Amino acid sequence: MNAHAQSSHTSHYVKIWAILTVLFLISVCGPMLGIKLVTLITAFGIAIVKAYLVAAHFMHLNVEKKYVTYLLLAMVIFMVLLFAGTSPDVMTPGGQNWERIPIPSDSGSTH
Amino acid sequence: MSHAEHAHQSIWQKYIFSTDHKVIGLQYLFTGMFMALLGGFFSYAFRMQMAFPGKDVPLWGLVTAGEYNALITNHGTIMIFWVAMPVLIAALGNFLIPLMIGCDDMVFPRINRLSFQIFFLSAVVLLASFFVPGGAFAGAWTAYPPLSSNPDYSLTPLGSVLWLIAVALEFVAFLLGGINFITTMMNARAPGMKMYDIPILVWMIVIASIVFMASVGPLVAGAVMLLFDQLFAVGFYNPAKGGDPILWQHLFWFFGHPEVYVVLLPAMGIVAEILPVFARKKLFGYKTILYTAIATGTLSMFVWAHHQFVAGIDPRMANVFTITTVLISIPIAEMVFVYIATLYKGSIEFSSAMLFALSFLVTFLLGGVTGIFLGASASDIYFHDTYFVLAHFHFTFVPIAILAVFAGIYYWYPKMFGRMMNETLGKIHFWGTIITFHLIFLPLFYTGAAGDHRRIYNYDNFPDLAKPYMNDLRIIATIALIFMLLFQIPFLYNFVVSWKKGAKAGKNPWNANTLEWTTESPPPHGNWKELPSVYRGPYEYSVPGRASDFWPQNEKA
Amino acid sequence: MSFPQPIATNRSATGIPTGKLAVWWVIGSEIVIFGGLLVSYIMLRLFHSGWDAEAAHTNTWFGAINTFVLLTSSLFVVLAHQAAEAGEEKKAFRLIWLTIGGGAIFLINKAIEWSGEISHGLVMTKSVFWSFYYTACGLHALHVIAGMVIMAIISFDVLKKQHMNRVELIGIYWHFVDIVWIFLFPMLYIAK
Repeated sequence: MNAHAQSSHTSHYVKIWAILTVLFLISVCGPMLGIKLVTLITAFGIAIVKAYLVAAHFMHLNVEKKYVTYLLLAMVIFMVLLFAGTSPDVMTPGGQNWERIPIPSDSGSTH
Repeated sequence: MSHAEHAHQSIWQKYIFSTDHKVIGLQYLFTGMFMALLGGFFSYAFRMQMAFPGKDVPLWGLVTAGEYNALITNHGTIMIFWVAMPVLIAALGNFLIPLMIGCDDMVFPRINRLSFQIFFLSAVVLLASFFVPGGAFAGAWTAYPPLSSNPDYSLTPLGSVLWLIAVALEFVAFLLGGINFITTMMNARAPGMKMYDIPILVWMIVIASIVFMASVGPLVAGAVMLLFDQLFAVGFYNPAKGGDPILWQHLFWFFGHPEVYVVLLPAMGIVAEILPVFARKKLFGYKTILYTAIATGTLSMFVWAHHQFVAGIDPRMANVFTITTVLISIPIAEMVFVYIATLYKGSIEFSSAMLFALSFLVTFLLGGVTGIFLGASASDIYFHDTYFVLAHFHFTFVPIAILAVFAGIYYWYPKMFGRMMNETLGKIHFWGTIITFHLIFLPLFYTGAAGDHRRIYNYDNFPDLAKPYMNDLRIIATIALIFMLLFQIPFLYNFVVSWKKGAKAGKNPWNANTLEWTTESPPPHGNWKELPSVYRGPYEYSVPGRASDFWPQNEKA
Repeated sequence: MSFPQPIATNRSATGIPTGKLAVWWVIGSEIVIFGGLLVSYIMLRLFHSGWDAEAAHTNTWFGAINTFVLLTSSLFVVLAHQAAEAGEEKKAFRLIWLTIGGGAIFLINKAIEWSGEISHGLVMTKSVFWSFYYTACGLHALHVIAGMVIMAIISFDVLKKQHMNRVELIGIYWHFVDIVWIFLFPMLYIAK
């Protein structure tokens, strides 16, 4: 790798880092608006974008063989599967003969 | 390290801290065999209590209720995590993968050694749990909370912690080993060995390792959570504090069911290696087997909640899981059909290895068919937690972890130790094992269907179940178990004596094609003087127009 | 100590170097470990609306500083990889130690945060939210420590121009640890 190519790589990485930092600042400021939907988008939408940027440009998945990406995505999909199969039970408030009361939103603040 | 230094390795370096894949494979094999004897002895002790309740058991003494629970718990744990996994995946995988794909070692020899050391440590931790105050964990191998999380219920404050740590260490060992197997197969194949030239057993071990890796993660996290519940009473699984005990069941079975296929696939792989050799016929449908194995592995991730039909799960989910569970019989049936088609018009030789491989197909078929009753949620509500489940389970796991392993040992023993095993003793061992096996578990299907619950310690307390004909069936099962254990003596004798006194095996005693048979028996350090190249698939037997009926993979034209 | 590598280690039928392939599989297995924990957390969090009030006690600024520190250390380690590829061992060594420094700041920051929380009674047994909080952050911190130790070992090999490819491998792992934190940050700190 010649010096020129190297410095252009460096500036590429610094650019990605700068984008990540801006995204990070947005995700910190998002909740300040106090709108729940905006908070969710700035928190989790941006987390996904940041994860994508790190994975593609820092971990070099963009130039890696495609099946590596598929492998990692498959693992994530299995976790979605775990959620899909488990949440109907874990998030159930009760059955025919039993009841499970969620911790309500006002009881947590006592400390 | 030069060759001269090699010759002067101490026994310590050569056999205990070796990085050679063959030595590590044998270390796994011997540890697994030792644990199998232990697990078998446990089953003897608690089956005696079943048949003759309240009487002193020879070699054990009186089995108390607590001891009974600890025995069944650790019988299950040992047989799955310390016998089936190390022998089927780690022992055969370590010994055979580099030999079958034609390279000199695993790609990460030192990680491989670390994997065995962690595994050995996990076995020591498990055994240590028997000697702590309160005794060994007694909450069944599934470790459902709150029985496992609260020492007030389990009465084994230390035993359950040690059990959990042992299982978690074992997972770490197999994650390290699995990554080694996968990368070795992907990267270290002999020149010329293409995707469809890889022996089926190697594929199976690798697919099993991938399934293991994909499914075990949530349970590792779940084990950490359970450990905190045990040690600090935090309440991940305690609904009073906002947790959920069903969550553990999901995390456990998300791993636990794929685990069945993790051990099944290597067993299927062993059979795939043995059938063509002793039928002198090409394996029927190589690609079919490969793709059905991948389908089985994938589908096995979608079926886990059928273990929880009576746990109070959402009935709509029970429908979904019934469908996926019954679906998985399709690829398995396809695989069995392909094996039977391999035998068709073959020239079959009933060696000990072949007998065990064939008996695997028959008994596993029975195990699979009885599983349909349990996979369908409606009938499972009746059968759940009865001896029917237990008998079904053993009709799948004994073929996998016992019959297929014996087939593999009889088949690869000459490669491991350079000597042949005695065939007569092998046949005595085979018939003794297979007949007694059916005598143990066929009666248990019946008692289970008649209402025997799995968790009962003494049937005298249940007059409806303590009828004489039911007791007779339990006694038949127990006596058959004693004979099954006794019939392992010819095997152990054969194993030990053949090591020194068996007939010399030579390179290729079975006239087989795969690469491990092209080197010395036992293979030297580095496996080959010159590493082989591959020119064809592994199952070219009785090719028309060739003088010899086999065609080694490394032979040029 | 030099260990003779078997021929197998240097074969590459897939075209991906063996070490890198293994790191991808390690990350695959780590995804499901963290995934299982976080899936459990999300389910219970969505079920218990009361956990919002518990989460309100986490200090966003500690989390934010740590996010920034890890992002920056990710930049350092990718630059270290670049330097190692270019054969500039001194520069790579410096950048690796900057990354380790980032990890150290992360851990110190976390230690200050935790001691403050624990002294205010926000301990693991307070509620299951805090159990998840400490378990998830603790598991992640263990990965940070492991990465720092491995990087320290690798850095001295790099100075001797040995195993330069390992800089890339530990870099991939470190980015993964960073990504885990990218998700932990909104789940534990921002969503309130």
